[in-house]
Amino acid sequence: MESASSAFRNFETALAEQLPALTPNAAAVEADRCLYCYDAPCTRACPTHIDIPRFIKKIATRNLRGSAETIFASNLLGATCARVCPVQELCEGACVLGADHKPIAIGRLQRYAMDSAREHGNYPTANATPTGRSIAVIGAGPAGLSCAGELARLGHAATIFEARDLPGGLSTYGIIALREPMEIALEEARMIERMGVEIKTGLELGTNISLDGLRREFEAVVLCVGLGSTPALGIMGEEAVVDGLAFIEASKTNGIRLHVGRNVIVIGAGNTAVDCATIAKRLGAERVTMVYRRTEREMSCYEHEYDFARKEGIDFRFLCHPLRVVLEGGLPAGLECLRVELGSPDASGRPAPVPVRGSEFVLAADQIIKAVGQKKPSLAAQLGLETAKGFITVEASFQTSIPGVYAIGDCIRVSGAASTVMAVQDGKLAAAAIHQQFARLEPPAKGHRREGDERPAPVEVS
Amino acid sequence: MADLRINFAGIKSPNPFWLASAPPTNSAAQIHRAFEAGWGGAVWKTIGAPVLNVSNRYGAWHFGRQRMLAINNVELISDRPIETNLREIAEVKRAWPDRAVIVSAMVEAKPEAWREIIERIQDTGADGIELNYGCPHGMSERGMGSAIGQVPEYCEQITRWVMESASIPVIMKLTPNITNIVLPARAGVAAGANALSLINTINSIVGVDLDTLELTPSIAGKGGRGGYAGPAVKPIALNMLAALGTDEIVSKSGLPISAMGGIATWADAAEFLLLGASSLQVCTAVMHYGFRIIEDLCDGLSNWMDEKGFKTIADVSGHSLHRVSEFKHFDLSYRAVARIDADKCIKCDLCYVACNDAAHQCIDLISAQGALVEPFRYDARSNGKREAVEMRPQPAVREEDCVGCRLCYNVCPVDNCISMVAVPSGRGEVTWNELSQQQAPVTEDWETMKAYRERMGIRIH
Repeated sequence: MESASSAFRNFETALAEQLPALTPNAAAVEADRCLYCYDAPCTRACPTHIDIPRFIKKIATRNLRGSAETIFASNLLGATCARVCPVQELCEGACVLGADHKPIAIGRLQRYAMDSAREHGNYPTANATPTGRSIAVIGAGPAGLSCAGELARLGHAATIFEARDLPGGLSTYGIIALREPMEIALEEARMIERMGVEIKTGLELGTNISLDGLRREFEAVVLCVGLGSTPALGIMGEEAVVDGLAFIEASKTNGIRLHVGRNVIVIGAGNTAVDCATIAKRLGAERVTMVYRRTEREMSCYEHEYDFARKEGIDFRFLCHPLRVVLEGGLPAGLECLRVELGSPDASGRPAPVPVRGSEFVLAADQIIKAVGQKKPSLAAQLGLETAKGFITVEASFQTSIPGVYAIGDCIRVSGAASTVMAVQDGKLAAAAIHQQFARLEPPAKGHRREGDERPAPVEVS
Repeated sequence: MADLRINFAGIKSPNPFWLASAPPTNSAAQIHRAFEAGWGGAVWKTIGAPVLNVSNRYGAWHFGRQRMLAINNVELISDRPIETNLREIAEVKRAWPDRAVIVSAMVEAKPEAWREIIERIQDTGADGIELNYGCPHGMSERGMGSAIGQVPEYCEQITRWVMESASIPVIMKLTPNITNIVLPARAGVAAGANALSLINTINSIVGVDLDTLELTPSIAGKGGRGGYAGPAVKPIALNMLAALGTDEIVSKSGLPISAMGGIATWADAAEFLLLGASSLQVCTAVMHYGFRIIEDLCDGLSNWMDEKGFKTIADVSGHSLHRVSEFKHFDLSYRAVARIDADKCIKCDLCYVACNDAAHQCIDLISAQGALVEPFRYDARSNGKREAVEMRPQPAVREEDCVGCRLCYNVCPVDNCISMVAVPSGRGEVTWNELSQQQAPVTEDWETMKAYRERMGIRIH
């Protein structure tokens, strides 16, 4: 039986990039509106501190190549950030025109400049003199790509080891296609490769590569391993619950075959939960309900994401605590919940949900998706790294408790919101810190090797 | 409601706005529509010697998103047969007896040629004649237009010929492509012209195409000097208008002045009136937006006049002329400082960078705690709108160091955020003129100047 009945039957259309690219005219109008603030607040608010007025001014003067270079100078993943950044909380939220008018559409202008760079192949190059230093970067997500690219710019040889088949991390697999098409993330990874970074996929730390081996082979190791899988809900029938990240991934890699129910429940209220709900709705679910233990005030998704979800026609059930999945013939038929009241603040600082005894009720559903955050990086314990609240502990230089081993990105984000742009900045700062550390050390031996290094020394070509 | 009617050297019109002699006044059909829209008069596109035109005749100067901040053209005088023009002029005048129909003329510098054209124009029943001594391209190469306007003696000679046969008011139009605009105006006075008008277009090359490397606009690969007009020329036109209004010979002659040069809004019009115009001509704004702009030109001017208590155009005309002076008569003791309204300030810091890089380094950035903040001094790990907005310092003028240059006032994008406030300087009024007469050494010798400054408490940092 055909389950998809909405207007979004065509998969390509349903999850096509939500915002159209700015036309040259629209970009010029918007760019001209920028006041060209001095020491601009948008630049400060951007975690990577892109010189925003400068790149916008260059759009206005039709120097698109220079505009893209300005962005890349601070942020190698400008194309992804232009699409996924919570600009309302960052650059655009700080725009001086926001107070009594409308902030400049910085994200869309950045995308305009980045699209132009992609179209013309105006990518950054790494042309520093090679230093002979080599660094292993673990994970080809935004943090890893940024770090490796910045290291390459500084003349170091960076090799990325990626467990998955494709690089890009959450940009490739975990962000709804209507916000960032997979191709954008993959092209960005190709750009980093063209800067001289080697990306080796299908290699996972702890499975087919070891930290010890890497430490012998490379002068520094940067862990950009992100977070773990979705934690268990610990409820009966959980085996019939779809993992949210896997759901998004399937929508990007194998969307046509993605199973979408008619009556879908998404457990969770973060940005990933909104993405899951949106995908379900757009791929044909008649009804999508987001179920959350607290209220809209405590939702962890950005305000604009919540607004977006409501406009998509997604329903919300707040103050619901999932108890068990109601199964019929092994398939989900509903979610039994308890009504919840809010109590005093818990460890997260938000009011703790307190279930109300005897308030059980069942929400009907034929598909249940969970998007309740990600587990802490399990690798930390395996590698014997010091952690705080499950996140890898690092110094200001991003060095972990193991000398020469650094960690960046979501896996260290013990406080503050984990985001792509923060990961990109980590990559940049860590690359600079490693570079400085190298500068303090002796110059590298030609064809650096350590004891036990199984890799042949590079052959000098005369 | 203000009375917008004018009587300009005997030419009457229901409002002071005339279409300037230009493409919008090329034909009866256009002028009919213009009059229907409410224009008070029209100066017919120049008729006279035979011509042929070229394509790509209009160039433009755009700034930012503003299209046509100025237009540049190499169009010549009317290329329609002279009989057609004369017939249509007569038709229009018959159909619109209450409007001013003035005909612009330009012929070879021969008395008989001018006599003939003047007589033919008068036969149409037109209200007046404008002598085109201004066209800076094409016609000037043939010894007409600005080739006449740039030589006061020629202006005078031709105007004398004209005045011998003219029985209707004659307006002599001046070219701005001259060092001293007063000289041709005086020639007009001497020759007995009934009125003056200015400015014609300014010599210009509007640009170079960065793809083709040809001049823009390109006329089959070539380009050249054209006439420049539109909002960008307004300050030049105002200056020339004021120069006539403050010249003893011209002002004493009592010749009315029809002014033009970048009038696009009623506010522009009011400024021209205040500096001595008593009729106004408009072209570029109509070429940009059409005849419909006349409605707000009249409406806005009338509302402003009501607000200011002006009853007639004559009341406004020349009202600010007595304010036109020269540097040597300015009070050197007058002191104004910039003040930033922190409640209105959006902290774009454009005033800060302008003052710091290009003026007198007297704007500081002050933190919420009152500390002096240097720009760009934040941690690389700083992020988010809260920090960016809350930590953003407030620009503030260090008034004791402010020379009152007014650059910050000019760059500020917020209306009424920065104001120039007059503050007591503690010094008596003195002009450079007075100083050079009363204490000549101060104005001639740096050491004496230094001592004078110290005595007067004038500190330059």
